[in-house]
Amino acid sequence: MTAASRTDGPSGPKPGLKGTASRSSILADRAATVAMWGTGVLVLLILGAIIAHFAIAAWGVVSPSFLVSDPSETALGGILPVLWNSIYILVLTMLIAVPIGILGGIYMSEYAGENAITNVIRLAEESISSVPSIVVGLFGLILFVDDFHWGFSALGGSLALTFFNLPLMTRLAEQALRAVPQEERTASLALGATKWQTIRHVVLPLSIPGLITGIILTAGRVFGEAAVLLFTAGLGTPPHYDFTNFDLTNPASPWSPFRAATTLSVYIYKLNSEGLGAFKNQIIDGSAAILISIVLIFNLGARFLGRVLSRRLTST
Amino acid sequence: MNTGDEMTPVAINPAPPVVRRIEVTSSHAGADEFAARPDAVKLATDHVSITYGQKVAVRDVSMTVQDRSILALIGPSGSGKSTFLRCFNRMNDLIPGARVQGEVRLDDENVMETDVSVVELRRRVGMVFQRPNPFPMSIYENVAYGPRRRGQNDRRALDELVETSIRRAALWDEVKDDLRRKSGLALSGGQQQRLCIARVLATDPEVILMDEPASALDPVSTLRIEELMRELREAYTIVIVTHNMQQAARVSDITAFFTMADDRAGYLVEMGPTGQIFTRPNERLTEDYISGRFG
Repeated sequence: MTAASRTDGPSGPKPGLKGTASRSSILADRAATVAMWGTGVLVLLILGAIIAHFAIAAWGVVSPSFLVSDPSETALGGILPVLWNSIYILVLTMLIAVPIGILGGIYMSEYAGENAITNVIRLAEESISSVPSIVVGLFGLILFVDDFHWGFSALGGSLALTFFNLPLMTRLAEQALRAVPQEERTASLALGATKWQTIRHVVLPLSIPGLITGIILTAGRVFGEAAVLLFTAGLGTPPHYDFTNFDLTNPASPWSPFRAATTLSVYIYKLNSEGLGAFKNQIIDGSAAILISIVLIFNLGARFLGRVLSRRLTST
Repeated sequence: MNTGDEMTPVAINPAPPVVRRIEVTSSHAGADEFAARPDAVKLATDHVSITYGQKVAVRDVSMTVQDRSILALIGPSGSGKSTFLRCFNRMNDLIPGARVQGEVRLDDENVMETDVSVVELRRRVGMVFQRPNPFPMSIYENVAYGPRRRGQNDRRALDELVETSIRRAALWDEVKDDLRRKSGLALSGGQQQRLCIARVLATDPEVILMDEPASALDPVSTLRIEELMRELREAYTIVIVTHNMQQAARVSDITAFFTMADDRAGYLVEMGPTGQIFTRPNERLTEDYISGRFG
């Protein structure tokens, strides 16, 4: 084949540079380019449309006072308590999920080999991530609200969120650790460092950009989650919060983990399905705009911080 | 190409090779050419074979290395030189499926024993890799890494240790002004490799293993590393793997030639004073390799 084409190549007339490819292959190439480009534009358009819709709808609603007042306070009402609950549950969840996720990631990346146990762990990670979040919420309802008699609580919500997001956190941590080149580990071990010293002083510091990215991506998911929290953290309009009440055992204290804590996204769900007030739609739009903004900030922040940290850690 | 049966005389090899099988273990006895040194044996291997799963990488190598000498391991790719080098600090432990049989001794202690502390072994037997691999930390922290892991946290002692190590690695004048500010990765390739040598020196080793330490460097940097090796030889035992035969001829006292057998297992063909290996090798295979007829 090749020998034949090579021998009759020079004898025949030389094909010019123009018109060598067939018409159909050029068409296919163009079509592919247009399709790929079009898909990319479509994704951008969807995101742009969502942002634009809520930006316009929330215009005139979102103001500093919208953020810092109670729902009952003014005619429009504010979202301070639900925003507070969202942040509270986010922090509580991350406090639980991040250390466990990083430890799990270290185990999966540095200690576990490829064997039956790690295969089962990976399967479990993927399975939990694909369980519908409402089912995780139901599980939390049975376990924390009923069996533990906690009722609706911020802690129960955070634990249910941990169940749901720990696999993601573990996987992202594992990826961040695996991204550290093997030669860094070899260099450390060859200097007489132990395995744990190598992980602690070389692998973990070098994986910080990836870990931060993983933490923020998980945080974005936790912040926006509604279904898991519906049955675990509660679904009522929160009362006025007295932020000077630091009595953690008092369910009236906004600092207590054992109080019902409706979050921003649950609040949107609640207003939209059963809200009645005159300004119901404005409040929903305003809340949604705030929610989207924060999640977007998380995502952009993850990219930015990851890049800055990796530059600081690896170069001059 | 031309490795036929007839004995073709080779230009760089004035004396026709004497075909005589020498006992490898006794080859260092040819030390008459090699400047007299305290006759201490620093490293020894006894019937060392290394396998990766089913594949035999190194077969039955026995040798001794004199204290404060430079041994060069030469041979074609795949002859097991690097694998063999890694048995001295048990870096093969890190390779899944690798198994080392036989005895490897450091100062008459078998490092293969299960109760040997590999951490301590690797402190005493340092290693420099083919690609310079400083940590992405400051120059200072790179050198302080080993001592810190052994609990050395005294600022003054560390400062002193870092400075002596960098001086010994002939890097001090180039980096002394931004030890703490500059990342090890911001140095040139040759400087990075000397930093890696300084990093090893800071752990106060007795032996330094070098796996093609200059193969990624330019000729000037290569010469500096070679000069440095000659200086370090005063205090350390050095084993170097190199593909560069001029380098082996320039820096080493003893040369060991590895090749692979028909079943692709690496083995030691012969070992002797470098001058002799490069001018009057005992083995036909060595002569062919050195004269560039294969490998």
